[in-house]
Amino acid sequence: MADVTFTVDGKKLTAPAGTLLIDACKAAGIEVPAFCYYPGLSLQAACRMCVVRLEKVPKLQTACTTTVAEGMVVYTETDEIKQARKATIELLLGNHPLDCPVCDAGGECELQDMTFKYGAGESKYVEIKQHREEQQWSPVVYFDRPRCILCYRCVRVCGEGMDVWALGVENRGVSSVIAPNGGDHLNCEECGMCIDICPVGALTSGTYRYKTRPWEMNHVGTVCTHCGDGCKTTLGVRAVNDGVEIIRGDNRDKSGINGDFLCIKGRYAFDFANNQERLTKPLVRQADGKLASVNWEHAIDFAAQRLKEVRGSRGGKAIGVIGSNRTTNEENYLLQKFARTVLGTNNIDHHRTADYAAFTAALQGRADREASLRDFASAPAILLLGNDPTEQHPALAWQIRTNVRLNRARLYVANHAEIKLRRQAKAAVTIPQIGYASFVEYLSGNDGVFAGNANTSAFRDSVRKEESLLIVFGSEFRGRDIASLVQFGLSLPNVKFACLGDYANSRGAADMGVLPDLLPGYVPVSAPAHFAEEYGSALPTEPGFDMVEMFDAATRGDLSALYVVGSNPVARYGMDASALKNTFLIVQDMFLTETAVLADVIFPSANLYEKAGTATNTYGDLQLVKKAADKAGVRTDFELIVRLAEKMGTHPKNLVPFGKGVRADFGQSRGVQSGEADRHAVWLAANDLEPKLSPFDPFAIFDEIQRLVPAYNVPRLNLLAGNDEHLKSELVQIDTNATRRDLVLPSQDGLYTSGTLGNYSAKLKEVVASHTTMNATETAAD
Amino acid sequence: MATEKTTIFSPELAARFDKLVTLYPVRRSALVPMLLYAQDEVGYISTAVIAEVAERIGIRENDVQSVLSYYSMLRTKPAGKYNVQVCTNISCMVCDGYKILEHCKKRLGIGHKEVTSDGLFSLEEVECIGACCWAPAIQINYDFYDELTPEKMDQILDDYKAGRGKETV
Repeated sequence: MADVTFTVDGKKLTAPAGTLLIDACKAAGIEVPAFCYYPGLSLQAACRMCVVRLEKVPKLQTACTTTVAEGMVVYTETDEIKQARKATIELLLGNHPLDCPVCDAGGECELQDMTFKYGAGESKYVEIKQHREEQQWSPVVYFDRPRCILCYRCVRVCGEGMDVWALGVENRGVSSVIAPNGGDHLNCEECGMCIDICPVGALTSGTYRYKTRPWEMNHVGTVCTHCGDGCKTTLGVRAVNDGVEIIRGDNRDKSGINGDFLCIKGRYAFDFANNQERLTKPLVRQADGKLASVNWEHAIDFAAQRLKEVRGSRGGKAIGVIGSNRTTNEENYLLQKFARTVLGTNNIDHHRTADYAAFTAALQGRADREASLRDFASAPAILLLGNDPTEQHPALAWQIRTNVRLNRARLYVANHAEIKLRRQAKAAVTIPQIGYASFVEYLSGNDGVFAGNANTSAFRDSVRKEESLLIVFGSEFRGRDIASLVQFGLSLPNVKFACLGDYANSRGAADMGVLPDLLPGYVPVSAPAHFAEEYGSALPTEPGFDMVEMFDAATRGDLSALYVVGSNPVARYGMDASALKNTFLIVQDMFLTETAVLADVIFPSANLYEKAGTATNTYGDLQLVKKAADKAGVRTDFELIVRLAEKMGTHPKNLVPFGKGVRADFGQSRGVQSGEADRHAVWLAANDLEPKLSPFDPFAIFDEIQRLVPAYNVPRLNLLAGNDEHLKSELVQIDTNATRRDLVLPSQDGLYTSGTLGNYSAKLKEVVASHTTMNATETAAD
Repeated sequence: MATEKTTIFSPELAARFDKLVTLYPVRRSALVPMLLYAQDEVGYISTAVIAEVAERIGIRENDVQSVLSYYSMLRTKPAGKYNVQVCTNISCMVCDGYKILEHCKKRLGIGHKEVTSDGLFSLEEVECIGACCWAPAIQINYDFYDELTPEKMDQILDDYKAGRGKETV
């Protein structure tokens, strides 16, 4: 819209017509306080804090509902306005318990800030304050009614933002109260958005309440370890006896691809890290068949010697490696490098939850064809094929809902199930679970393969009329189906794609070559190109065993050793435990999982919140992983791989390029002045010294990744500042002719499950239990 | 909508509701009239009424609950057969409306928003019923009685008790 010019506090400002005055002021650095106004949600004008004086208007007006107009003259901070705001606060404090010293929100409470600013420290009211006891609405949501200022933010974010509508306001006047939909409890998705968005301490979190104060924590922005959306989460941590524990997860600073959104897992399911069953000492199976804890030196040495023996006697072919979906890119890269150069094997795989290789092959290095998670918040049209983002990709669902609500984006849904996002869809069709591929054929114009009707044909027509479209598909599409879907998409103008996989770094595992036939960047092992010279040693060029073949080989007795890093194939991939009875098994994990109990050596490892590096979400957004927590006794997977290699007789430098002559992290990611690295390097060179780097520095490996995998050569400054950088998919070169076995097995995780990790989150279990018992009583009552 | 629906309302009211939801630009605008009509027929807003009204409009039950709890004239418990509504707003108050209210309380042995044990009467203190010229005034169901005195009040209640009252539920 056309710009208009207006005056605020004597300053001439310009903003597009239709902009809300409160936003226009904010953009110009003029703060207009508000409780109920929240960007992106509907307007409420309930709190009366944002009142301003408009010239020629008789009464004070709310800046949150006034749009700017040509020639408007506004005053935002006069004595009259101060008095009005002070009176508003006095009313808000009428029933407020003023229990700031014990309130969770104390120190980051908007009401507290405003009371300090406008000084309504005294009250003219003599009536007794209405008090109500606090209520527990769910395992994660508590409500303290007296603290509530009725701003309706929670009601709106739950309804408009989450499309759950679990909160409402009942009664009126002084009796008004926020009420949950279940009478005395919530029937909802337990996302906790209402708690985060609450400007006061009325809604508090089951994991955080009464545990600490905001200023007593350190706050670390990192990437969530659960699903493939890769939300940025800010973890509140504090020191405890055995390290640093996480006590809160949120993203109130709205940094990152998810804005202020987090689902239950990002917000509450970090508690697995403090689980009592967490392994903190290395275990080695003794002669009596029992696992006993030993010291690190012994455990690593023992494992290394056995691996060396197998490598010496039967060669690399008799060793298998299974990587993780939750380790960093650097660890994935290092693991495959370790497998290929130290163990001398291509027998490396991971639990695949999406066919990224086929997707990348189908894109054939085209530029700008891959959608970032950000794109879903602004795309004019989205075609969702398969998957249920509300359950499996909550941040994607949030972006889509927001886009439909704020920008009237057109969402097209084709699914075999009645997924919740159909409510936002402009058009939706139900197709058979096995009919996705033929439906794509049908969309391309082939009527013969899919029994269409008027509905599907209208759907097809609208989709094909779109001039700019995001196509997002779930694991229903694999291999050749992805190729034909991409082919169809490319027949339309301006199409971008997104392939949905399940875990925090599933994409990274595939991109980093934790695959038997592909090196990092999808370079085939049979033609390793520059990897041959980089890796120095003779690279095995024959594709290795995939996950299934490894277990088959073990059954035959052809696999003498298996190294499993952060994965639980026995429980999650349905592999036969008895296959491993004659295989020397090394497992690196946080817990004694179904796979770990079979192991000969177990290394207790750190989780994604306890290490640094990078992770790639399923959309190809690369983000920085920062170390937030710490646990005494555990080691990062990165360190363990390097130490294992060292004990096998490989110089760590052959694995991790630390030392002279490389770009690397000198602490700039941790906040040292920019330029420090360069100055330091110059000084070291002048004194004929090497930069002192740790062989466990993931950024040394990130250097190598950026050098060898062109798609990852993204600008670093933005990445290190904690922002997402989209991969350069145009720089991927992949052989499209290779046919590969379909080994994709979706995790089937919903909102309250998260693979093996979810089993160790007490909060997730508690939520699941509360839902089950509530449903049971409801059924009984019917 | 074409399919046959089971309803807790009479066919006439159900048909009225079918039309009502189409009269407004947005369906939920029909909520308050629907609740009022449902209350007249059912006697109060039961959970079954909430469920069906929500379903007819296409909103959630807690949305209905929010609106319902806002309005004091919508009740969630059955009233007596004769709902005595005593006005105590300004005109009635200055003409001794409170005396009428107290008299009713004593006579019926119940308080505000309570029902007699035989279910015949319920009592309610209400805001202005628009009969200021003839204050103090009361309303029993939809019928007005004005310029009241305690004696007149007794007579009215006796009439209703004996079955001589107006039957305009």
